[in-house]
Amino acid sequence: MLGLVGESGSGKTTVGMALLGHVRRGGAVGGGSIRIDGRDLSALSQGDLRKLRGGTVSYIPQDPGTSLNPALRIGTQLTEILEAHATSMTAEQRTARLREALEEVALPSDDTFLKRYPHQLSGGQQQRVAIAMAFANRPRVIVCDEPTTGLDVTTQARVLETVRDLCRSHQVAALYVSHDLAVVAELADRVAVMYAGRIVESGPRERMFSAPRHPYTRRLLRAVPDIAGKRTVVGIPGHAALPGSRPEGCFFHPRCEFAQDDCRKAFPPVTDLGAAHQVRCYHIDQVAREAPPEGAGQADAHQIGANVVLAVQSLDAHYGSRHTLFDIDLEVHHNECLALVGESGSGKTTLARCVAGLHKDYTGKVRLGDDVLPGAARSRSNQARREIQYVFQNPYASLNPRRTVGQAIARQLTLFEAAGGRGEVGRKVSECLERVSLSSSAANRFPDQLSGGERQRVAIARALAADPKLLVCDEVTSALDVSVQAAIIELLGKLREQMGLSLLFITHDLALIRTIADRVIVMTDGRIVEQGTTEHIFTAPSAEYTRKLLANTPSIEVALGNVTAPAS
Amino acid sequence: MSSKLILRRIGLGILTLWLVSLIVFAAVIALPGDAATAILGKEATPDRVAALRDQLHLNESVVTQYTEWLKGILTFNLGDSAATQQPVTQLLSDRVANSAFLVFVASIIAIPLSIGIGVWTAMKRDKPADHVTSTVTLVLAALPEFVIGMLLILIFATGLFHIFPAVSLLPPGEKAWQHPDVVVLPAATLIIAVTPYISRIMRGSMIEVLESEYVTMARLKGLPERQVIWRHAVPNAIVPAIQVTALQLAWMAGGIVLVEFVFQYPGIGAALVDAVGNQDMPVVQSVTMLAAGIYVFLNLAADLATIMVTPRLRTAGR
Amino acid sequence: MSTDQTVDTAVDLGLEAAIEGSAPTHEELRGHQWLWIMRRSLGLTRTRIGLGIVVLMVAIALFGRFVAPHSPTEFVAAPNAGPSANALFGADALGRDVFSRWLYGGLTVLWLSTAATIVGIVLGTAVGLVAAYSRNWLDDVLMRGNDVLLSFPAIIFILLAVSAIGPKLWLLVITVGLTHAPRVARVMRGAGQEVVERDFIKAAEVVGEKRWRIVAGELLPNVTSPLLVEIGLRMTYSIGIVAAVSFLGFGLQPPTADWGLMINENRLSISIQPWAVFLPILAIGLLTVGTNLVTDGVARAAIGLDRGGKS
Repeated sequence: MLGLVGESGSGKTTVGMALLGHVRRGGAVGGGSIRIDGRDLSALSQGDLRKLRGGTVSYIPQDPGTSLNPALRIGTQLTEILEAHATSMTAEQRTARLREALEEVALPSDDTFLKRYPHQLSGGQQQRVAIAMAFANRPRVIVCDEPTTGLDVTTQARVLETVRDLCRSHQVAALYVSHDLAVVAELADRVAVMYAGRIVESGPRERMFSAPRHPYTRRLLRAVPDIAGKRTVVGIPGHAALPGSRPEGCFFHPRCEFAQDDCRKAFPPVTDLGAAHQVRCYHIDQVAREAPPEGAGQADAHQIGANVVLAVQSLDAHYGSRHTLFDIDLEVHHNECLALVGESGSGKTTLARCVAGLHKDYTGKVRLGDDVLPGAARSRSNQARREIQYVFQNPYASLNPRRTVGQAIARQLTLFEAAGGRGEVGRKVSECLERVSLSSSAANRFPDQLSGGERQRVAIARALAADPKLLVCDEVTSALDVSVQAAIIELLGKLREQMGLSLLFITHDLALIRTIADRVIVMTDGRIVEQGTTEHIFTAPSAEYTRKLLANTPSIEVALGNVTAPAS
Repeated sequence: MSSKLILRRIGLGILTLWLVSLIVFAAVIALPGDAATAILGKEATPDRVAALRDQLHLNESVVTQYTEWLKGILTFNLGDSAATQQPVTQLLSDRVANSAFLVFVASIIAIPLSIGIGVWTAMKRDKPADHVTSTVTLVLAALPEFVIGMLLILIFATGLFHIFPAVSLLPPGEKAWQHPDVVVLPAATLIIAVTPYISRIMRGSMIEVLESEYVTMARLKGLPERQVIWRHAVPNAIVPAIQVTALQLAWMAGGIVLVEFVFQYPGIGAALVDAVGNQDMPVVQSVTMLAAGIYVFLNLAADLATIMVTPRLRTAGR
Repeated sequence: MSTDQTVDTAVDLGLEAAIEGSAPTHEELRGHQWLWIMRRSLGLTRTRIGLGIVVLMVAIALFGRFVAPHSPTEFVAAPNAGPSANALFGADALGRDVFSRWLYGGLTVLWLSTAATIVGIVLGTAVGLVAAYSRNWLDDVLMRGNDVLLSFPAIIFILLAVSAIGPKLWLLVITVGLTHAPRVARVMRGAGQEVVERDFIKAAEVVGEKRWRIVAGELLPNVTSPLLVEIGLRMTYSIGIVAAVSFLGFGLQPPTADWGLMINENRLSISIQPWAVFLPILAIGLLTVGTNLVTDGVARAAIGLDRGGKS
């Protein structure tokens, strides 16, 4: 199995689809060749190409929810792939193969199940149907396009196991496309790293993860949080070049600390390092000599205040008639980062919303300092609203697209009377932007002119403009690439130090918590199952659920055998 | 099943119709001056005014007037026309049949035609044929239906050719289907008015479906293109078209007013226009309630059809 | 078993970005989305043609009276006379000059339809956006009211009002506006609902912004595209309906010159004097086609603008 790793815009999905001879509308194959089993894809006729797809090469899609036809039954969609390719089989043989395929993915194969529609299945079940479809014709190659995105950790672990077992038992070669390095570390035999449309390094798994030679690969590994490994992450400055605006020479040179003149002139050729390890860089020796950058102490011990900034007591929340949170108690101290961890549906976002005043249907108390806060943000005092600020998950949706960055921050300053007259507002806006490492010229730009990471910085700047005591971060990095995520985590750590800020950090990513949180609360189904310091949770968790979560979360260090899995 | 959903929709439809009846009834209240005198006009002797007031319950409370009227509507006892003193039901029944025939003929041609055009232009997307059709539908969609009707008269009945009659005169007592040439131009007007909308929606929805993930997946499974189009694409694309079709049929309930007037076709649309001119309130109210009733019914049918055709809604709660 | 893959930077992703729709490039127009959409919409030829037609017809409607050879009520020839030196397109059923009456006849149609469109848009947008934002009982009530109004075919609603109150022009404006409002409300509510889902609305709520400020300041600027398209569509329908009501005889009354009325007055003699009917038909037809072409151009220009610009 070859793992193809890259961040968004790297072109990895396009490569995956190209193996099936498919390009998205508007694109075209410009050069090079694709050979499956010795046959060149561009030489195939339409009919042969059609036979290839689904028969010799199959595809497991990223989102089975939208890739399965909502108007057709599961049985129909499974049978048709067999009908299209297994033409030499009789109907009974096909039915037998169908049942076999479903059993292999641990799904029922009775008629009731086959009569169902896709929306009646869970996400995990849908994905397993897609896997069954892919393996049904015993193909030679399978392309897996990030098939576990959107699935929670436990389901993801099961799906990965299924894919791995089936590939082994049917002797299928697989291309596993993903942005998640930890998953690739556990699954793949060989790994290839893509940046801005080109493969910059490829080789066997061990070598790639323990001794990478390309500056990008190295920095990428430094940016990935790990539940069993290092405690800090380092971001990569700048952002990935978009198609159409790629620089001359090596695409990575604007962001590379080893960049020199030759890097700017021409893209480096392939250097063979032996043992199937290949790199495209001019300065691999220098890279090998220097150690990778260390991050600033993010989770280092720092002074956590004694006084309680936020307290939640006996909180029960509802959504209409549904009871979603049960008896929640928690405290956030001054200068502390408290992480709320849980899978989707665990209630962590609802809890964050209650704290911020966005969800008022609850009983129990939310206390800021000594005062009990009313449920709705509108009913709270301006002072209370100022002291609790919120940063949202989706940077593409949390800024008004019709307002400039400067206007958004200025509005915040006006609302909380943090600035005097006209002139002062402008100055303060620049201050806010510089605090999050953005240039003050960004104030005149509209959100759609900024990258995802930049937008999230603006959202943070906007929240901080009010000078709050508590910052609620709701999955603020989940929509970002891993290198951008690392940069934001670094930023949050720095700001915490500078401003004496407390953080309520909500996430589903256990590994991320290790890098930023002082204390952790684990939630599931609306209840708190465990609370404790980060150290405690990762080394000696007491709840069964926590242990399960840790066991199912992929980790590079564990996969390489460097560390035993935590809490095992 | 989703019977709860269906019952709820039906309930809402009934509620809507009831509110509509309130508005229709209020139109009579808004009549300036005394209703009875206004209706009788020149023949308003004190006796006849008193008798009419009695008949129309004008001496009683507004609520009673309303309930009496509503009772009448529901039992098809629509009162007498103020203009002819004949029972409204008698006046309208022939007309309703003629209008229904006209709408039927127009629909039976327009619906398959527009769906076909929609699918065909979606498949030929961005080719010259698509651009031309797009411009033509844009132009036709803009024209008010009476303009289309008059243009058809100018071309086919007077100016250029003299094929069809300009005016749809029927010998009294005879039905429209006994004289088909009288129906051709009015039906053509309705067809030309309605087809652009349905075909554009069908095209749009077909294009969206062709770009969907599941159609791409079907292609990646190596299925024959024919199967991809007819088994995977069309069943999903047709759903918005059902909504639009029902809406266009409902529109025809109002569209026939102008079309019938243009061709003087003896349907309820023309009857309505006459009645408005005469301030013949019983006729106006009856026709309005009928049209609103058809509208609500067709919208309900569209909703129900959508539920039936969308497995996700059909199995809700299972 | 291994497969040999040598895929170089082969696929041209640049093309893809172009298809997705580009962000505005005219930096000076960034703040004025309306202007930018208008300018971009003129990129298409048929939009330009549409605009040209509209400008021409509006000019005729507004200024025709200043170049008319005769007054609209003057008798210049025998009834239904053919074209002559005195009457360019002949005389109408009463002997008045067709051409002059035609030049005078557009003004009422124009101002009535504009007024009705404004009423419909303002009312419909307010209702639609408030309904989209409230998401509670207010939304239900407003939508029920909407459904009730929508149950009347437009022309029938207008005729109902006219039968009760009489053919008054102010009544026309109000009733036509009331037939537009629920349709506009529905569209704006749909557009509004999509925007309300986005986090920046919640961001405004969490800092305690007042409701009306959110609807007017956050919601409204983000629905400019559908709003512009609706304005165009409603204008097209307004012209059609207003002309239709005049055609039925319930708009302006004789002897005033009006395009819709002219068609009615002269249609019985259509076989002998087609010009008296053809000219007003042409005018109404061209005006509606023009506005629809412009609306289509605007709709195309606005596609993808409010997506939030995913990069």
